[in-house]
Amino acid sequence: MKLKKSTINNIISYGIVIVTFIICQMMISSGSMTRSLKGQMVPICVYIVMAVSLNLVVGISGELSLGHAGFMSVGAFSGIIGAAWLRSVLGVENEILRLVLSMIIGGAFAAIFGVLIGIPVLRLRGDYLAIVTLAFGEIIRNVLNCLYFSLDGNHLRISFNNPNIPGTILVNGPNGAKDVDKIATFPVGFVLILFTLFMVLNLINSRSGRAIMATRDNRIAAEAMGINVTKYKMMAFVTAAALAGMAGALYGLNFSTVAASKFKFDTSILVLVFVVLGGIGNIWGSIIAAALLTVLPELLRAFADYRMLVYAIVLILVMLATNNPFIRSLFDRLIHRRKPATQRGGASE
Amino acid sequence: MTENTRKKRMLDTRMVPAPSHGIIPERDLNSTPVLEARHLGIEFGGLKAVDDFNLIIGKTEIAGLIGPNGAGKTTVFNLLTKVYQPTMGTIMINGRDTAGMNTVQANKLGIARTFQNIRLFDNMTVEDNVRIGLHNQVKYGMFSGIFRLPAYWKQEKQQHEQALELLSLFDMQDMASSRAGSLPYGAQRRLEIVRALATKPCLLLLDEPAAGMNPHETEELMRNIIKIRDRFQIAIMLIEHDMNLVMGICEGICVLNYGRIIAKGTADEIQANPTVIEAYLGKKKEG
Ligand SMILES: Nc1ncnc2c1ncn2[C@@H]1O[C@H](COP(=O)(O)OP(=O)(O)O)[C@@H](O)[C@H]1O
Ligand SMILES: [Mg+2]
Repeated sequence: MKLKKSTINNIISYGIVIVTFIICQMMISSGSMTRSLKGQMVPICVYIVMAVSLNLVVGISGELSLGHAGFMSVGAFSGIIGAAWLRSVLGVENEILRLVLSMIIGGAFAAIFGVLIGIPVLRLRGDYLAIVTLAFGEIIRNVLNCLYFSLDGNHLRISFNNPNIPGTILVNGPNGAKDVDKIATFPVGFVLILFTLFMVLNLINSRSGRAIMATRDNRIAAEAMGINVTKYKMMAFVTAAALAGMAGALYGLNFSTVAASKFKFDTSILVLVFVVLGGIGNIWGSIIAAALLTVLPELLRAFADYRMLVYAIVLILVMLATNNPFIRSLFDRLIHRRKPATQRGGASE
Repeated sequence: MTENTRKKRMLDTRMVPAPSHGIIPERDLNSTPVLEARHLGIEFGGLKAVDDFNLIIGKTEIAGLIGPNGAGKTTVFNLLTKVYQPTMGTIMINGRDTAGMNTVQANKLGIARTFQNIRLFDNMTVEDNVRIGLHNQVKYGMFSGIFRLPAYWKQEKQQHEQALELLSLFDMQDMASSRAGSLPYGAQRRLEIVRALATKPCLLLLDEPAAGMNPHETEELMRNIIKIRDRFQIAIMLIEHDMNLVMGICEGICVLNYGRIIAKGTADEIQANPTVIEAYLGKKKEG
């Protein structure tokens, strides 16, 4: 049987990601990677997952979301609390198992928030999602600034605006989480990327994914074909929220202190920039843009004074490259070998 | 009863075309009609875009809806497909009242349509457009899709074969992997018909299917519309300005002017009807 074009493309995508990971691992073990760059490996994984998942909402389902960092913070804090709880209450000592379980907890909580936001908003037509997700990102950050969590024996205690709670403090209001176990590792981050790619690419190339893209391309026609638009917009949005939550948990467990202010509006916009620069709807582009633009400031440290200048130039070049019709069609032809588009003629409405 | 009718219909309207006998299939107007619209109407801010619209379409009938621009023809389609909720009247599909239903439910009941201003899923391939039409006949869910369970492979293969078979109605199999938005105009119109057919309708609504087609393409379209009716045994209602097409294939014609039906009948009756002639001549004078 002839393999489908999309299947071949997917195999190539996974292959390149795996090869890149092996190269990075070899560089780390041979000591040829700088310490600061090594410290960037987990954040790179996190931002790749953030960008790919946001692309599922923006590029594949065609809805603008401005609060993706909100889901990341929900995932980060629930993941951090979950990790502490898993260790002291359930006695899960294995770090990798604890990390994976915490990421699942983070993903689950973010998904719940995704459902809560999606149910009222995605039934409406128009760009309400952008407004509501923007507000969500800000609200969740402000709420987290006032929340205190502690582990008192086997009890998880929560208080609002009151730092005096018994037990070991896990999350300390505006100061965020402290004394976090740094259990996040690059290989687990890499597996999360693979998992995200697996989820998103397989979803796109299935019945549900086609329905999601149909609602993006033409909502009225999709409804006339019997497609429940709200259901499929929800599916994309909640899946993306869950993935962002998992990335958030990984991120949270990578630093000894994490404050809610880390997940502000700028972070949402940064991830959106990765998506736009990589090409809206282009999963591949998101990976490259997220990885490049996360390492770039690190690599540019050598240029010291010219750092921001070079950064800006690279941004512009990437933008030109991904949006230039010639380069795009060149890529299309290289990757998809599409037939040349025939001009649309005839009467217009 | 309604669930049974639905199941029965799904069995009746085969995906695999029945052998075409080339004779007009038996009409059973005595049993429940496919469509029954009674006193249908809608107002847009005081303007009655459609008013007291009554129409019955029998199984396997080809009906035409004509009238000057702005007469309310597309609005009738939007009412039947529940894009607009009627402010007056009832719509029965196979004897089932559609009050309170939405577009998705109307489609599941058996109404499929094309659009006057083409609405394809431009960024998807031709085949994927047809697969969207087949969406509700494929049953595997998100989980099977992501984890590639056996249901996925089996049904994807079926869906692929069905899509190609439907595309072959219009000899469009070769275009299956082109981007829908890149097709020539006539092919886009044909793809819309294929996509609508894929939802297994019992009533197919075509909004100006020949618009922008050349006479040769129009002639082919006429043959194809009859072929579709014969093979799938469905009723077809079409809006069209090309009188050769309407008079050539419609067994019943309904003329709309200012939102009201001014005449109903066969092609000969309509052509001889003074009110209709006046409506069309009057329109010419204005234009
Ligand atoms: N959503 C709407 N809001 C207001 N007026 C509408 C709307 N849809 C249609 N109309 C009006 O209804 C009338 C009939 O339009 P239409 O059904 O498109 O005519 P046609 O017979 O050319 O298809 C027009 O006067 C149009 O302006
Ligand atoms: Mg019209």
